[in-house]
Amino acid sequence: MESLVLLVPLSVALVFLIGALFWRALQGGQFDDLERPGIDVLSDDR
Amino acid sequence: MSAPAVCFHCGLPVPAGGRWSARLLGEVRQFCCAGCAAVAQTIAAGGFSSYYETRTAPAERAAALSPAAIYDEPLAQKQFAWESGPGEAGATLVLERVRCSACLWLIEQTLRAVPGVRSAVVNYATHRAQVTWDRAATRPSALIEAIRRVGYDAAPFDPAREDARERAAQRQGLWRLFVAGFGAMQVMMYAFPAYIDEGAGTLSRESESLMRWAGLLLTLPVIAFASGPFFEGAWRELKRLRPDLDTPIAIGIAAGFVASAWATLVGEGPVYFDSIAMLVFLLLGARFLESSARRRATRSLDRLARWSPSFAIRLAQDGGTRKIPAHELGRGDRVLVPPGERVPADGRVESGRSSVDESLLTGESRPVAKGPGAALVGGSVNREQPLVMRVERAGSGARAAVLARLVEAAAATRPRLVAGADRLASALTRVVLAAAMAAGLWHRDFWIAATVLVVACPCALALAAPIALTAATGQLAARGVALTRTAALEALERATDIVLDKTGTLTEGRFRVARVHVLARSSEAQCRALARALEASSRHPLAEAFAAGPQGPAVSEPVNVPGQGIEARVEGVRLRIGTEAFCRELCAHPPPPFALPEAAFTPVFLAGEEAFLAVFLLEDEPRPEAAAAVRALKGAGLRVHLLSGDAAKVAARVGARLGIETCTGEATPAAKLAYVARLQSEGRVVAMVGDGLNDAPVLARADVSFAMGAGADAAQLHSDFVLTGNALGEVPATLALARRAMRIVRQNFAWALAYNAIALPLAAAGLIGPFEAAVGMTASSFVVVLNALRVGRAREQPWKASSSSSLSPSRSFS
Repeated sequence: MESLVLLVPLSVALVFLIGALFWRALQGGQFDDLERPGIDVLSDDR
Repeated sequence: MSAPAVCFHCGLPVPAGGRWSARLLGEVRQFCCAGCAAVAQTIAAGGFSSYYETRTAPAERAAALSPAAIYDEPLAQKQFAWESGPGEAGATLVLERVRCSACLWLIEQTLRAVPGVRSAVVNYATHRAQVTWDRAATRPSALIEAIRRVGYDAAPFDPAREDARERAAQRQGLWRLFVAGFGAMQVMMYAFPAYIDEGAGTLSRESESLMRWAGLLLTLPVIAFASGPFFEGAWRELKRLRPDLDTPIAIGIAAGFVASAWATLVGEGPVYFDSIAMLVFLLLGARFLESSARRRATRSLDRLARWSPSFAIRLAQDGGTRKIPAHELGRGDRVLVPPGERVPADGRVESGRSSVDESLLTGESRPVAKGPGAALVGGSVNREQPLVMRVERAGSGARAAVLARLVEAAAATRPRLVAGADRLASALTRVVLAAAMAAGLWHRDFWIAATVLVVACPCALALAAPIALTAATGQLAARGVALTRTAALEALERATDIVLDKTGTLTEGRFRVARVHVLARSSEAQCRALARALEASSRHPLAEAFAAGPQGPAVSEPVNVPGQGIEARVEGVRLRIGTEAFCRELCAHPPPPFALPEAAFTPVFLAGEEAFLAVFLLEDEPRPEAAAAVRALKGAGLRVHLLSGDAAKVAARVGARLGIETCTGEATPAAKLAYVARLQSEGRVVAMVGDGLNDAPVLARADVSFAMGAGADAAQLHSDFVLTGNALGEVPATLALARRAMRIVRQNFAWALAYNAIALPLAAAGLIGPFEAAVGMTASSFVVVLNALRVGRAREQPWKASSSSSLSPSRSFS
């Protein structure tokens, strides 16, 4: 049971960390064009 | 027998005795026209043949386009391009005629190959290209010409449309969805032990408290940030004192959260963080799906976002003129508006008399006469004579406002059924609020009130129609049909008659001069040259037939009479070209008799005041898919009419070939309008398919209308559906889709109402807990959403099979 005292706050911290990562990706424009990456793999010259 | 050859580039049938072929990807390929062959050879020469291997749809047939040189004017560049570095400029291009992702790849590669281009990135989701180029090495027109050489079209994006704001809004929507979704998942993890324990006492008080605090901490961002739209909506509704859908949701979420937070603080009572977070996530998810589907669906209407030259000719005090960008105009400026140009700002006529087309603004397609002192609205088009106006309200606002109004008007119309459902949902909301309060007071239990709020929220009812209609819109967009007025789906479902225009609709509208009968003493070449000169000012499809003729003399004072012909002066002599009746008005002497051949030719007469000079026999083939489309429409229970401005004989012949019984020829725009009005007065619901400028009024009059994407802009602005792919076969497909979509809307309504009728009394009686309420509410919404997505599922092309069940005229559900 004591492990929970450590693990639960840790999971909360992890949630915020993942949220921050997603925020960065979003602002970096990664989700602006979701159709392009699927096509890009088909063309070998970039 | 082998299948008929199709064009390697655009997939249309190759005419018999096809003359165009080229060696591509190791084989000799056939093409339908010189344009397609040239495009394919350009693509191959650029080293981009892999486009043909990766594409998922055939390209659009090559077409001649107006020159792009206008984009090179320094004044023009100042409006759409920006300085992206020393000697470097950047612009966003709206790409058109795009069919699939391979097209976008091809355009990007083509742009990068243009010398002087520094960078080119195509956004596959929005069909727009960001380009930067070296000002010294290339010009904007070179970029656009390069895109045109591979068979597409592009125009600079109008910066007034604020692309950035749209993108920011989309990003924020996604971010809210993520916060709510991720929060909900984690909160559920913390709630899980308590559900397993169910009061058995295996969970220690400390652990439970820890879980609750963690749940509180993660629900906080979901409430404070992700639920923002609901609270904002509720606040707006509160200010107007008209509770709507957001009010019960907002109250339910807020009340549930506050009570759960209080229970966590004092360490007593139930918590429902998981239910709240999940509710927010699912509601946001539905909204996000809907808005992205709508964005995708309206993309095909991007022509409204094209930057188009908006200049004004300002008159100086000394009588001189200067061309300036329209947005530099100021109040009190005197401006010359030449015929055919847009009025650059709001103001009043100072001198001159003309008529002005205000159809963009008012929907009234008849031109309005304007004399000195009359008010002019920016964005309307001067039709006949030059006008001098004094500017009253200036600025780029004029045009931008017109576009904004158009887009808003398109989005604002809703089928009557849907508008009724919205009113019902709004009324139901008040019932729910009252019931929640009453139940809470009666049971003296706060949770019962909250449960009623959540479980009985008429969300499913509110979602029922929009999501089905959005799915239909998206499905149509994928098929090459742009829906400009959502309400049109309902009208189309009810349609009993369909009226088809001939030229450009049933036929391709690509006329050629098949034969010339010279009626006077001039030579054939002379007649052709005169015809070409007269028709040069016209945009009518018949006029293009003459463009191939010999260069003509200069004409003056051309007057275009829609549906009849053109009159102009050539070397001082009045000449007319057009229908026989139109030419007879000018020339007293009837034409000498001549034998009209049997085939479906369209005669065009050329006459002077003294005598008829010649008759040109034009021919125009029906579209390959026209007969099948007519069959499918008849199979769907519609009466099919053909209405044409051409000679009655030609109309009858084309009609007979396609199996249309009711054919009317020699119909002027006014006659077409009267025809449709008469059908409507008989209680018929009329759908109209047209393409030309002179179809605009009748398209506006019909209950529901289709315009061909290759047709005039005015026709498209007056119609509900634009066939961007120019495929007539999509008309019966759209009809089938409209019927399916409306059937699903009705099913959704029935389901949502039944759910509310059952859930509300149960919750008010205290038989449902908050958790069941959240599940029930979201489940009911999900049923509605999933059912709506069935609209987009049918991938078959019903018009290919004449007796498809989805085309049956019965409406099984009501």
